[in-house]
Amino acid sequence: MIALIDSKAGNLTSVKKALATVGADLYVPAAPEDLAHAAGIVVPGVGHFGATRALDAPWIDAILARIGEGRPLLGICLGMQWLFEGSDEAPDLPGLGLLSGRCYRLGANGGRGVKVPHVGWNSLAIERGETAILEGVDSGAQVYFTHSYVAPITGDSAAVTEHGENFASVVQRGYIAGVQFHPEKSGEVGLRILRNFLDLAG
Amino acid sequence: MLSERIIACLDVRNGQVVKGVNFEGLRSAGDPAALARRYNVEGIDELVILDVTATIEARRALADTIGRVARELFIPLSVGGGIRTEADAAAAVDAGADKVSVNTAALADPALITRIADRYGSQAVIVAIDAKRETADGRFAVYARSGQRAAGRDAVEWAREAESRGAGEILLTSIDRDGTKAGFDCELTAEVSSAVSIPVIASGGAGGLDDFVDVFTAGRADAALAASIFHYAETSVRALKEHLRGRGIPVRI
Repeated sequence: MIALIDSKAGNLTSVKKALATVGADLYVPAAPEDLAHAAGIVVPGVGHFGATRALDAPWIDAILARIGEGRPLLGICLGMQWLFEGSDEAPDLPGLGLLSGRCYRLGANGGRGVKVPHVGWNSLAIERGETAILEGVDSGAQVYFTHSYVAPITGDSAAVTEHGENFASVVQRGYIAGVQFHPEKSGEVGLRILRNFLDLAG
Repeated sequence: MLSERIIACLDVRNGQVVKGVNFEGLRSAGDPAALARRYNVEGIDELVILDVTATIEARRALADTIGRVARELFIPLSVGGGIRTEADAAAAVDAGADKVSVNTAALADPALITRIADRYGSQAVIVAIDAKRETADGRFAVYARSGQRAAGRDAVEWAREAESRGAGEILLTSIDRDGTKAGFDCELTAEVSSAVSIPVIASGGAGGLDDFVDVFTAGRADAALAASIFHYAETSVRALKEHLRGRGIPVRI
């Protein structure tokens, strides 16, 4: 069973539908203890980094416990940014800190004049060869983004995307993966990535 | 590099596409789910369902239509037409819409934009602006109620306010060009697009392939929407995108 975390920000309908389409057996845990039997965890999310406040210490402990057991985690959009140490969007609120680095606003580093938010289809430049989450996905494949804040490029970046500047669009470190775009809205490429995650979850 | 988006609009009444559907060879030409499937295969980037009815019965049919279109599509789906309250927005989102588009109701109650954005995020809120060129001063005036009534607002100024209230995108329709196939109003689109930092979807007037080239260059549009030229299959999405790519405009193929 894959646990889909509901942080109450936004709407889970599309993510549920896409995960079900690739064969996931899904549930939405009502309390942290319901995570005990999760084979994998998906943290979706839209909106402001402050919305991750809903995932308080008991949730964080339960999620970290599963990761400690080698269960895979996929963060989507805000869910990916939450894997980092924090974000300039909510400076006082720490992230999960599983990945090093801090998220920042697009253009804050002097990227050239592009529109923010970054909305639409953009391409993935795949950085590392054998990343499990990107298996079967070609460099240059396009996926659907909608966001204003981005994660920094680090050794955990599996793919980068350019919008005025380069940012990390896919990250993977062991069983922890994240995508800045919306795989549930990214056609066949997105479904492939969700399938790859299910494979990680066994 | 971010691609320019091509969006197909399905005008739906009582569960059927009503605008300009005359595509021979597609058996259920009036079925939104069938059209959506075809566009998806051709590589459309996004779909808009525009409800052109207003009765309670038709509203239930709309939810069913959204559900049927959304079920097998994994691209963004927007729903507009008659969204007046947060409950209307919630019904569309619950049925499978990723974004809702508000127009007349937002003009009457601009705080509606913020309330929907607070609940679903700005990325889920499109403010649709129907604008007409005023002969007196060359400015663009906003019209409400499907273009029937002057709203007393300037299009550029209203777009800025919509952005500040939490809109994630602007769907900008030229009333002057709508249905004419005379090309998008690039002057209107460029003025609004330059005034806001959120994406602007140009609508109204799509005829030939070069109209799209013009709206992405001179018009500074971030996306272009069309209905009848795709329904009639005068233009396939694929052919349009290849034409744009040939002119150096980034698209998703």
